[in-house]
Amino acid sequence: MEKPNRRINYKKRRSYQEFLYILPFLILVALFSYFPLYGWRYAFHDYRPPLPITSENYVGFKWFNYIISNPTRVKDILRVLRNTFAMSGISLLFSWFPMIFAVFLNEIRCKPYRKFVQTVTTLPNFISWVLVFSVAFNLFGSFGAVNSILQELGWISKPISFLKSSENVWFRMWLWLTWKNAGWAAIIYLASITGIDEQMMEAAKVDGATRMQIIWNITIPSILPTFFVMVMMNIASFLNNGMEQYYVFQNAFNQDAIEVLDLYVYNIATSGTGNYPLSTAISMLKSVVSVVLLCGANGISKLIRGETFV
Amino acid sequence: MTARTAQLKKNNHVRRSFGDQVINVVTYIVYAIFAFVCVYPFYYLVINSISANNLSERGKVLFYPMEIHFKNYENLGQIPGLTDAALMSVYRTVAGTLLTVIVAAFLGYMFTRNTLWKRKLWYRFVVITMYFNAGIIPWYLAMKTLGMTNNFLGYILPTCIQPFYIILCKTFCESIPPALQDAAEIDGAGTLRIFFSIMLPVIKPILATIAIFAAVNQWNAFQDTLLLMRDKKLHTLQFVLYQYITQASSLKSVISSSSTSSSIAAALATSATATSIRMTVTVVVVFPVMMIYPFFQRFFTKGIMIGAVKG
Repeated sequence: MEKPNRRINYKKRRSYQEFLYILPFLILVALFSYFPLYGWRYAFHDYRPPLPITSENYVGFKWFNYIISNPTRVKDILRVLRNTFAMSGISLLFSWFPMIFAVFLNEIRCKPYRKFVQTVTTLPNFISWVLVFSVAFNLFGSFGAVNSILQELGWISKPISFLKSSENVWFRMWLWLTWKNAGWAAIIYLASITGIDEQMMEAAKVDGATRMQIIWNITIPSILPTFFVMVMMNIASFLNNGMEQYYVFQNAFNQDAIEVLDLYVYNIATSGTGNYPLSTAISMLKSVVSVVLLCGANGISKLIRGETFV
Repeated sequence: MTARTAQLKKNNHVRRSFGDQVINVVTYIVYAIFAFVCVYPFYYLVINSISANNLSERGKVLFYPMEIHFKNYENLGQIPGLTDAALMSVYRTVAGTLLTVIVAAFLGYMFTRNTLWKRKLWYRFVVITMYFNAGIIPWYLAMKTLGMTNNFLGYILPTCIQPFYIILCKTFCESIPPALQDAAEIDGAGTLRIFFSIMLPVIKPILATIAIFAAVNQWNAFQDTLLLMRDKKLHTLQFVLYQYITQASSLKSVISSSSTSSSIAAALATSATATSIRMTVTVVVVFPVMMIYPFFQRFFTKGIMIGAVKG
């Protein structure tokens, strides 16, 4: 294309050569992250798995209309949205917990004890939801530790089936989530506490501040920016509860209360006849709303802190 | 430390108000409860897996092991498919981690090279994939089209490019003095040569962090088996464990075949029950994570800290 000009060409050639090195990886990204987006076209067809999609089974916005016009679907969607909002809402409401956990953990003067608590409370973060469920199953099953102890104490006469009930499912799911994540989430706060100016603390002590006063007036205000970012991230992923936790914990008894959007799109595609187009349509709407939430949260962050987190 | 602060510390130690002391005691107790809640479940599983099976099945083993035996662990090999699942978990963890780390290192490095054609564009092209998701069904259908179903590659290829790890690597590479690369360049080293001989050894610390994260993720992965792998040969430990818990039938053949002991009492205590198998397998699956976590905690902590700094 260009006239041969050695010095410039050497640079050009090198920059293309480097591009060639990363090209295989870019192709992988295109295939595994962008190509699935092309699958959104399934939402506009009457697609039944073995048959290919053609212009004949193109149905336009039928499935999107179906979501808002079919009475049973509408009921389902409202139920699932209620569950999603409830579970994300509870998480958002209690998002201060890891912060407070970190603040008081930092108050422990005995270093080995502090380290020990920190280590064991972060551990559950690194086991899978299947393992969490296995732990739950073994501890809270009819013959698990909890029922045994309660019976031994004479508080109950018959084992309670904790896992097979729809009572307080939202709250219990939050408890499991917290059991798994809180210690880990606290680490980031612990680090920002370490960053607080020592002199401020000392000055407060000289002035005779009590520990609660120091916590309330120095520690917490200093880590509020971190908290703010975490809350914004929570808001951005309001609809993305993920499906794994709810998938492993779901059963016939609690399904009505446990099904969140991510699980719902999986369930309608895999149960019964398997409605792929409807599932795709709902994922699409979810993705769009999620991107809007992300941009919104990011915008708020920029407005308030003058800093974005994306 | 100045004399003043030392004095202060001392004072602080002596003069603690009553309120402060109450807070102190309450804090210690509350965190002891938190620690207990996090440790006890694992302890419970371990002591039950080595106790008499007829006791553990009825929830009698609560605080210490009773009638210790290791038959449950010895019998694991007889459970059909379990060894294969364990091997599969190990294979995918090793292969997946290696690939993820190499990709993150290479791309992280390449995205620092100013000479790279349209560098910013490609960097964004990769990083932006963190923020959207096609949804489970479009993803599944795409993987099917790409031949990732019932294929070992389905475990490692779709997850090998992790924007977050690439950002970590890029940030780390940027912190290394450019003189190092410049010197190599003057000596005539090419892009790849600089990467393998100069950068790779220098960025090892961050690669260790990434490797730990990637390994834990691979070991814990469950959803990809659920969605992509029908073939039993490709089932991992996580998936098999899930089946053991939710499908009572999956364990029936194992339990009926194992009770061959001569005395009935001995058989009761050591022959496999659904509960004993579940608990033992759970311990086996948790074990690797439990073992590496305390030793590599600083890596994990470092990972989250660097991650907190925006990429």
